[in-house]
Amino acid sequence: MIIELGHFALILALAVATLQAGLTLTGAARNDLNLMAAGRLAALAQFALIALAFATLVHAYFVSDFSVANVAENSSSAKPLLYKLTSVWGNHEGSMVLWVLILALYGAAIAWFGDAMPPRLCARVLGVKGLIAIGFLLFILLTSNPFLRLSPAPEEGMGLNPILQDPGLAFHPPFLYLGYVGFSVAFAFAVAALIDGRVDAAWARWVRPWTLASWCCLTLGIAMGSWWAYYTLGWGGWWFWDPVENASLMPWLAGTALLHSAIVVERRDTLKSWTILLAILTFSLSLVGTFLVRSGVLTSVHAFALDPRRGVFILVLLCIAIGGSLALYAWRAPAVEPGGVFAPISREGALLLNNLILASCCATVFIGTLYPLFLDAVGGPKLSVGYPFFDRTFVPLMIPLLLAVGLGPLLAWKRGDFLGALQRLWAAFAAVIAAMLVTFYLSHGGPVLSVLGIGLAAWMGGGAIVEIADRLRLFRAPWPDVVRRALTQPRASYGMTLAHYGLAVTVAGIAASGFEQQGIALLHLGQTLPVAGYTLRFDGIGRHEGINYTADRGDFTLLEGTRVVAQLEPERRFFPLQQQTVSKTAIHTNFFADFYLALGDPDNKGGWAVRAYWKPLVPFIWIGGVIMAFGGAVSLSDRRWRIGIVARRAGKAALPADRSRA
Amino acid sequence: MIRALIAAAILLGAMPAALAVEPSEMLPNPALEARAEAIGKQLRCLVCQNESIEDSGADLAHDLRVIIRERLKAGDNDGQVVKYVTDRYGAFVLLKPPVEPATYLLWFSPFAILILGAAGAWFYLRRRPAPPDEPLDLDQRRQLERLLLDDQ
Amino acid sequence: MSWRRAIYLLPLAAFAALAIYLSHGLAPGYNPELLPSAMIDKPAPAFDLAGLKGEARLTNRAFTDEIVFVNFFASWCVPCRQESPVLMDLSRRNVIVLYGIDYKDKPADAEKFLQQYGDPYRRIGVDDSGRTAINFGVYGVPETYAIDRTGHIRWRHVGPLTDDVVKNEILPLLQRLGAS
Repeated sequence: MIIELGHFALILALAVATLQAGLTLTGAARNDLNLMAAGRLAALAQFALIALAFATLVHAYFVSDFSVANVAENSSSAKPLLYKLTSVWGNHEGSMVLWVLILALYGAAIAWFGDAMPPRLCARVLGVKGLIAIGFLLFILLTSNPFLRLSPAPEEGMGLNPILQDPGLAFHPPFLYLGYVGFSVAFAFAVAALIDGRVDAAWARWVRPWTLASWCCLTLGIAMGSWWAYYTLGWGGWWFWDPVENASLMPWLAGTALLHSAIVVERRDTLKSWTILLAILTFSLSLVGTFLVRSGVLTSVHAFALDPRRGVFILVLLCIAIGGSLALYAWRAPAVEPGGVFAPISREGALLLNNLILASCCATVFIGTLYPLFLDAVGGPKLSVGYPFFDRTFVPLMIPLLLAVGLGPLLAWKRGDFLGALQRLWAAFAAVIAAMLVTFYLSHGGPVLSVLGIGLAAWMGGGAIVEIADRLRLFRAPWPDVVRRALTQPRASYGMTLAHYGLAVTVAGIAASGFEQQGIALLHLGQTLPVAGYTLRFDGIGRHEGINYTADRGDFTLLEGTRVVAQLEPERRFFPLQQQTVSKTAIHTNFFADFYLALGDPDNKGGWAVRAYWKPLVPFIWIGGVIMAFGGAVSLSDRRWRIGIVARRAGKAALPADRSRA
Repeated sequence: MIRALIAAAILLGAMPAALAVEPSEMLPNPALEARAEAIGKQLRCLVCQNESIEDSGADLAHDLRVIIRERLKAGDNDGQVVKYVTDRYGAFVLLKPPVEPATYLLWFSPFAILILGAAGAWFYLRRRPAPPDEPLDLDQRRQLERLLLDDQ
Repeated sequence: MSWRRAIYLLPLAAFAALAIYLSHGLAPGYNPELLPSAMIDKPAPAFDLAGLKGEARLTNRAFTDEIVFVNFFASWCVPCRQESPVLMDLSRRNVIVLYGIDYKDKPADAEKFLQQYGDPYRRIGVDDSGRTAINFGVYGVPETYAIDRTGHIRWRHVGPLTDDVVKNEILPLLQRLGAS
């Protein structure tokens, strides 16, 4: 009964979305404020309806209602409550409902906060979002409906894939969707601007907060996914260039480029048609990613169930949404006024370099991911593109950009002083040399390339610190002056510093993987294994029962000399329902290094295979991601994004001139 | 200098994951074992999608790891060992797509795109600035001076 | 159309090309997990395997001067059960000469499997280590290979055999290779 309510709510949401699109786009065309206001209400209603539908699905999972086909296929009663919740989006149909829920959430947010926006812009944005919603609601209702009943209802469900039963998984998909579904807002803004024929600084100001919010969530989502893979999959890797991973990385790269080029549009009123294109492409990449994951076109360790019919539907959606917007772009973009010029060595130049490299990196990942399909389509040999390709292309492309991150923020607008900036970065140079020397010493002459990588990270981090110090006139102006400057800085500048610094931290974590040490052995009770200056002692093995699994649990003691550092309990879990064995690693971290322990197969003579790794700086990879997202959030809290309120009070839509360097 | 940086970048990016190799498979000779690992990391596990046979716990991966070590012990060089596997499974088993006419587009496009993009950016930066407006007359010039003085 | 306009059309053109490739991926015959065999037209690998239930050993020398099909199967393999009826039918009607190789299986389990689903094979070899399978380029079960009179592999099918495959691939293949 409740599920039918949810089903009905979703159908109603489709009708409301149609209404939303119709009202807003007609209202904007006719400049009819009443129609546009009604459209905004429709957006709020759409969100409420989809939220209701989602809630009924969650309810069905919580009570283990196996008469609902989706619950029967993906859940079981003997499952912890948390995983009953996460199962809702651990499958294709449920995750699509989450997808449209977040789409509607952003739409409702725009409708709610849209008072400050020019009404026609707000209306058009909601109109485009409504059109997208129509497409995906149709997709759900016609091909991927989770509200269908199963008759007769089975006694027990098929359960959730054991590998997905993990707290990290609970938050990974929602954040990912908040990210790349959120880019639909930038997309809608771009289409609205094309319809309007006008792109100006005001438009860029409106786009940035929404793009920033999406970007923060996507950064966290990707970091979480990577961290989850690291501790779950039992082999210590954290990025595999898997098609599904690439599908989330590409919008991130494009979104980062978009954030930076929007700055140029806002401050210098140039790079406008490129930014519009980028906004369209970012969400297009999200859509293409959705297609890749759900259509069976690419193999992936964690792709959803393969169904070409669904693929056809999404492909048609893609053609309409992406093809339509790009056609609109081809038609209307030439009308956008070209903006001011700038010297190649300048802040704009650095941002242009940022875009150039990020776009190339994104294209590289795209080509690598789709190349096997392309080859097959043109009748070529069957080849696979694995991590060696991406390592040899993506990484060299990124290096110049990472170098520029340290220098770029120190360049002035319009025409920058390259040598002057380099001189001001003397402290960063010193940091680089110091970091490399220290690393070289500590790692007893470790791989040169990892040492260089640490140097690069030091350059980026040093550059970020030098920039903020320079801006605050630290050590150059009297202290009261510095404090005053510190307090009156727009938050966005702190956000930038944090984000760039976070990136440096991540780079350090990645570079340090060259210093990793390992120990692999067959251990009997009482035996020890020396790894990286630690001693690992095998103390015991026992059986352990979980709610829906049985496990062999090893007891290990990690010693440094004679001092006990940690007790580690890796497990091998067997899930009888799915007949699957999953390894649960034990990790001891002090946030500067991880000691990573995985239990392997027994040899049935009392010995157990044990794989132990010491991974220095690996936590930095995800800590850096969190810092980046935090920096984005700080930028988001900048009061200039609430400028609309000020403008409204002042009675005009124009924005005050802003001469601060930010 | 640039080449060294690029080489650094390439090898930096080679991320050592943890391994699925069992202690019983490992060769006693560390040099041979290291070669076996390096070869194994280049070969795709065909039943797992996107893992190398060194990283995968699958049966087939285990079998191939054992075969690689046997062949190395028998004295094959790295190329011969890889050929042993590709003879049976085709080039698909290589994680690094071979650089051949079918993949020139793949391997050269990243830098080609970068260069094309840079060229595009260059032409964009070289755009002619807008032609100067009509020269100001005396009144307008006085107005301009006054405004500039006010601003300071 | 001016230069400028043409450039603005590039993204749309690129997307159109992409859409075409993506639709190719949706075509019914496309399966990214299906690998073409690297052993086609190469001589079948030599092997010498123990027989099942105390029978004589199976070696490739047994494949003299006739077109032979080798089917890799296992008792623990679910799709193998799906193809059993097809294999039994082929064997009963004497359409092909079929040998079986039991991949990584316990002989007792294999015997039970054959009792339950039928034994379509002329003879069976037991590939305990899986080494013979690797020499053939097997990466999963079931897989079926066709070896011609000269001892070369001419065809491989991955996955269970179906009536469609028999009609559309095996029968034409037999004609091509000149079955008597």
